[in-house]
Amino acid sequence: MKTRYSFGGDEHIFVEVDEEMSLDAFFKSLSMTNAVRDADISGVTEICPANASLQVKFDPDQIKPDDLLAELKTLETAAESAEKQIATRIIEIPVYYQDPWTHETLMRFRERHQDPEATDLDFAARVNGMASAEEFIAAHHGSPWFVSMVGFVSGLPFLYQLVDRERQLEVPKYLRPRTDTPKLTVGHGGCFGCIYSVRGAGGYQMFGITPMPIYDPTQTVSYLSDFMVFFKPGDIVKWKPIGRDEHDQIEQDVETGKFAPLIRNVTFNLADFNNDIDGTNKSLTETLYGS
Amino acid sequence: MALKIIQPGLLTTIQDLGRPGYFHLGIPIGGAMDRMALRTANLLVGNDEGAAGLEAVFMGPEIEFTADAVVAVTGADIPVLIDGEEQAGWTGLPVKAGQRLSFGFLSEGARAYIAVSGGIDTPPMLGSRSTYAIGALGGIDGRAIQAGDELPIGPSDANKAGASMPVELRRGLGSPTELRVMPGLYWHRITEKAQKSFFDDEWKVAPEADRMGYRFRGGNPLEFVERKQPFGAGSDPSNIVDGCYPYGSIQVPGGTEPIVLHRDAVSGGGYFMIGTVISADMDLIGQLQPHKPVSFVEVDMPTSLQARADRAALMGRIRNHLA
Repeated sequence: MKTRYSFGGDEHIFVEVDEEMSLDAFFKSLSMTNAVRDADISGVTEICPANASLQVKFDPDQIKPDDLLAELKTLETAAESAEKQIATRIIEIPVYYQDPWTHETLMRFRERHQDPEATDLDFAARVNGMASAEEFIAAHHGSPWFVSMVGFVSGLPFLYQLVDRERQLEVPKYLRPRTDTPKLTVGHGGCFGCIYSVRGAGGYQMFGITPMPIYDPTQTVSYLSDFMVFFKPGDIVKWKPIGRDEHDQIEQDVETGKFAPLIRNVTFNLADFNNDIDGTNKSLTETLYGS
Repeated sequence: MALKIIQPGLLTTIQDLGRPGYFHLGIPIGGAMDRMALRTANLLVGNDEGAAGLEAVFMGPEIEFTADAVVAVTGADIPVLIDGEEQAGWTGLPVKAGQRLSFGFLSEGARAYIAVSGGIDTPPMLGSRSTYAIGALGGIDGRAIQAGDELPIGPSDANKAGASMPVELRRGLGSPTELRVMPGLYWHRITEKAQKSFFDDEWKVAPEADRMGYRFRGGNPLEFVERKQPFGAGSDPSNIVDGCYPYGSIQVPGGTEPIVLHRDAVSGGGYFMIGTVISADMDLIGQLQPHKPVSFVEVDMPTSLQARADRAALMGRIRNHLA
């Protein structure tokens, strides 16, 4: 890992912690983000953490770009020694895989896909050396995922699966992005999963849909009444496969204010995870389901 | 006091100076694409510079006033009509209750800004009235205005009728346009030849140009320096591990058509960026029409900061003129 700094015009500094994705790179960018936030540097207006990088927006009328750059490099040294551990939460997210809405959409945009004859799930299964979409779906919800970035549009989470690199699901993005994606589509591009928070353009493969809203500007959804965005970096997600009936029931319960996502507080320690991946995931899941 | 929308125009949205502070959640700053034009329009009617006004793209709306007010139109060159009579642009115009504001055909520029004394008083969301349509935030239900809408206007005791901005203080909408760029970010991903052609080539604004970003075409495709793609980046040479996008950053999916992200930018994604349009030139992009020839000009940090200072000085002269 070699940190690289670059100015994004006269108002941004881009800090690439690593070219490639890893939880080590994520934790270092998170530590740096926290260090920059805690330093409360006058002239810094926004700090955006990403998967393996971060971006600091600043007002050059208040702080000289080179001064800020020097300060960030100092903070990097301190961030390197920070413990790679966070107090966070694990959340169960219901997913209706192979739903009719993403299916209708993927059929509409077939000419933009690598494999126009297959569905996105069939394609994803094949490029990951699996025999069937069902096998891929089992791997998809088999282990929890980590929210490594929130962004693109309104509260969209990028998710990185908590498995070793050999088991990471990797799927190319569409050849040309779609102009439409159903709201709450569960997607995947490169090594990242995502949930499309709003309807709109997108290039990730589409696997299913969740009935659980994650962004609500009207703040009428009960669990979004305090803040309109559900996710924050460091959240852990456990997908729960559901069928049509359960999907429709949850959708109705959200509408009537009866649905509350299953959430438990957990501590995630990267060293513990790296020592025993399956054991850590088992204990995360046990915390979630209280067994 | 309200504005009754008779015709909305092509795409007219309520905008102020935006909502900083939520980009880390994918909610962009938004606000007027041509900030100086909105600030000037507000000053011409006696508002705070950051009051909410209307941003009209390519075509003006038709609006009826329910009470006396002062209105000013800045930005694009477009004939301003009150009850069908042509009026001066960049000027505080008195209007009476029941009168109608409408527009002729736009000649230069892309976005007209309409400020009304008192400012548009729709409810702020996350600290701003700016319309962010993708996230259904701000404006009226997060959307562009429609015929039949009534936009509430705040109180005002200013009387700026007759104030006007001299031509030398209106930023020109020249052609061809030069956009100054600081190379950086993933600039090293393209070959020296591609780095040179990017700045040498003439580009044209593509039809896909909106508040999120402006796409350009017509230049040579950019060749990549060969590498093994890093884990998690995706297989195309233009892919990176999804990261944050600066406002003004230039991404080039597949190496073919540069996209400059603007006020409603997506906050991040998986395409590499070759540099960033400097802050002083962002307003200018909002006034570019499709098919406009554009060239990108390489600048360094000192030049960017000087351009920023020059622009702040111009804004200072505008304020002084109306003080």
